[in-house]
Amino acid sequence: MIGSSRFRTYVAHAVLLVGILIVAFPIYYTFVASTHTLQTILRPPLPLLPGGEFWNNYSEALLGGVNRIGGVGVDVLLFNTLVMALGIAIGKICISILSAYAIVFFRFPLRMVFFWLIFITLMLPVEVRILPTYKVMVDLNLIDTYAGLIVPLIASATATLLFRQFFMTIPGELVEAARVDGAGPWRFFFDILLPLSRTNIAALFVILFIYGWTQYLWPLLVTNHNDMNTIVIALRKMVSFADADTQWHLVMVTAMLAIVPPILVVVGMQRWFVRGLVESEK
Amino acid sequence: MTPRVVFPNKVLPYLLVAPQLAITLVFFYWPAGQALYQSMLKEDPFGLKSKFVWFANFEKVLADPAYVNSIKVTAVFSLATALVAMSVALLLAVMAERVVRGKGLYRTLMIWPYAVAPAIAGMLFLFLFNPSIGTLAVLLRKAGIAWDPLLDGTDAMMLVVTAAAWKQISYNFLFFVAGLQAIPKSLIEAAAIDGAGETKRFWTIVFPLLAPTTFFLLVINTTYAFFDTFGIIHAVTGGGPGKATETLVYKVYNDGFVNLILGDSAAQSVILMVIVIALTAIQFRYVERKVHYG
Amino acid sequence: MATVDMKDVKKVYAGGVEAVKGVSIAIPDKQLCVLVGPSGCGKSTLLRMIAGLEAISSGTVSIDGKVVNAISPTDRDIAMVFQNYALYPHMNVYDNMAYGLRNRGTPKAEIDSRVRSTAKVLELAHLLERRPRELSGGQRQRVAMGRAIVRNPKVFLFDEPLSNLDAKLRGQMRVEIKNLQRNLGVTSVYVTHDQLEAMTLADILVVMNAGLVEQMGAPLDIYEKPASTFVASFIGAPPMNLMALKREGGHARLAEGVTLGVEPPATAATLGFRPEDAIVGQVEGKRALVLPAVVEAVEPVGAESFLHCAATGDRVLVRVSGRATAKPGDKLSITASLDKIHWFDAAGKRV
Repeated sequence: MIGSSRFRTYVAHAVLLVGILIVAFPIYYTFVASTHTLQTILRPPLPLLPGGEFWNNYSEALLGGVNRIGGVGVDVLLFNTLVMALGIAIGKICISILSAYAIVFFRFPLRMVFFWLIFITLMLPVEVRILPTYKVMVDLNLIDTYAGLIVPLIASATATLLFRQFFMTIPGELVEAARVDGAGPWRFFFDILLPLSRTNIAALFVILFIYGWTQYLWPLLVTNHNDMNTIVIALRKMVSFADADTQWHLVMVTAMLAIVPPILVVVGMQRWFVRGLVESEK
Repeated sequence: MTPRVVFPNKVLPYLLVAPQLAITLVFFYWPAGQALYQSMLKEDPFGLKSKFVWFANFEKVLADPAYVNSIKVTAVFSLATALVAMSVALLLAVMAERVVRGKGLYRTLMIWPYAVAPAIAGMLFLFLFNPSIGTLAVLLRKAGIAWDPLLDGTDAMMLVVTAAAWKQISYNFLFFVAGLQAIPKSLIEAAAIDGAGETKRFWTIVFPLLAPTTFFLLVINTTYAFFDTFGIIHAVTGGGPGKATETLVYKVYNDGFVNLILGDSAAQSVILMVIVIALTAIQFRYVERKVHYG
Repeated sequence: MATVDMKDVKKVYAGGVEAVKGVSIAIPDKQLCVLVGPSGCGKSTLLRMIAGLEAISSGTVSIDGKVVNAISPTDRDIAMVFQNYALYPHMNVYDNMAYGLRNRGTPKAEIDSRVRSTAKVLELAHLLERRPRELSGGQRQRVAMGRAIVRNPKVFLFDEPLSNLDAKLRGQMRVEIKNLQRNLGVTSVYVTHDQLEAMTLADILVVMNAGLVEQMGAPLDIYEKPASTFVASFIGAPPMNLMALKREGGHARLAEGVTLGVEPPATAATLGFRPEDAIVGQVEGKRALVLPAVVEAVEPVGAESFLHCAATGDRVLVRVSGRATAKPGDKLSITASLDKIHWFDAAGKRV
């Protein structure tokens, strides 16, 4: 290390601690708010330490149902969000690994046409085709269904491109060895390719799970009934700043429940997630 | 280069691409085509008849002061968000490279916001900063700063930029750390032997070598601010107060879904498409260059 | 066990590039045939066509008398050792060796006994649980061999299997491969660009150039009677000295002051002799080729030394055993006896 001095290290730690404070404070404070009574929250400033209402607030939110969103319990919202996030993550991984497999390991007419058709979808995010896509959903009777929440979001180029890139690094000799060893396309896929892609799949799973969990515009469009809402959308419906009777303590509980699962996934699978993210985007 | 080793099957590959292709065609190409078509139609107020008007909708949209305002808002919002998120992340990444102990712990804490939905991030900041019950808003007022993001456009903009940038710090941090680690230590040692001090080393060696990462992140952050922050705007300000935080994406949604002006909304969609294509093209030019220099 | 027959085999790639331009080779049972040649000569393509990894454009490949053109690699009953070993990185040594047997539905107990006995032969028994990345280069090489042997195939195919090893290990593995192949008695095709490997391993040596067979035969026959200047310079290290002849009034000569010692054949255009067939100095009373030369550089290798000389405008290499007494700048004579001289015509063919 060059010029490594104690002072230098202290400064670095200090800056990092301030950084952590900025990054973690809003989340921490949400937790604090979720353990206080509504009355405490409405009389700012809020204490810096958690209060004693943890059990009351959390059980009320989970079991009591929240008035503002038509009596739907947070458990239903969490379930909806989980189905959507898992559906998107798993669905996207399945269809994109298959299409990447076809594009890399087979030669067939229209191969490059298909590749470009998939590639161009990079340039067509939901946001630029809101209305017509909504109309397709209506025509297909997909409003207020899980399929409607999931299927339109599972086709995208990024996952396919990532798998394609990875597959192209697999040496041709390995494929030949497998063929000489008597493996056809399916056997090669399940015995060799899938096990080799494990890290990529894990990384992609985290990224896509977060992507699905944090969706906003799409569930806002395709869900009308309160019991099909995702937790993020429901949270938005619970909050009103103009209105005095927002149940802030319950909002904060719901916010915690919306934040914690994806954080657990990211932190728990940090190793794969970081590698996958940095590699896939670069 | 030897040709890629492949399986000789003829039908199987079509079956393999079929699911993705089907979804892509139904939910991407068909609606995108519809948006294009719709952007050249004008409907009567009752939605009964429509007529083909070529680029009239585009002319109308681009001449609309509200749209021009929205372009400005988006530009300010995107640049501010990218700048704040990237500079904070760069500072933290450089500091994280300096410490030996606790590196892993810092990273673990730093990636939390990545998992938070933009809309929720927005609501958390609104909770902290709203004038009636926000703890930090109270503190600001006590410090003598007039602060009301619900009434003042600039305050509202600052609030959404803060929320949007906060959420993006994790992502940028991870990339800057990776970028810093990729810089050969020998270069920095050589600069130190050449007598460059710490600050000088950063600006003359580290920062230029980090340029590809920085540029990549700039594109990514801009794209993020353009599209993924719809939730923040929708949940926090609803485009207001006035139209102070009405970004392009928010306006597409608002005109199409709330005000039901289909032609205008479609024309705006198409303009957005052009912007995404431009951003993607820039991004891929960068990727190509990267391949060039290894 | 099996013979391998190639009849006028051709490979034309889409785009019209002809990689193999009509090759016929017959390999008898239990023989090891080495295909040698510079890179791009078509030797690997030919091997891959025998394996079934490349389609055959025309001609036939038969294994054990049966044409296999349309049979998939899986069903040809061959095993292949790849240049980069192509071990499955996520499987341990045992599974790498067992994979091909499992795919063919071999009973578990038999797989186990075959894998273990093969591992014993190759001294891999203590490594069966390891993953490929935990093995040294030589060990990986052995696993790749084991994967081929365990299947007990009709034919072994080797695609430059030693080129990723360091020189010392390569020498060692070369001997091992030879012994294994002889003990197992499996017909084999071995591709290499290394002439030393080719010479030492081959029962039948096939020298290829530009998609065609230049010469085929026993290694020493080829060494002693190279069919062309290409073979002469490719087989043998260091390569044969080749010198162009000038024709003046019906007489062939090299240069002023050079004794050819004999009138060359009428069509000869090039003269060649191997560095090890020449001596320094003159031999009295014997008709021989004598070249006046100047020493330019001396390379002592230990058991022998190489003298790089300039002679009549050509560069000539001479091998002397032990320590060389000559120094750069010395003038001397190089003598090659007439029975060691090779003649080639204008097209490079042996006369």
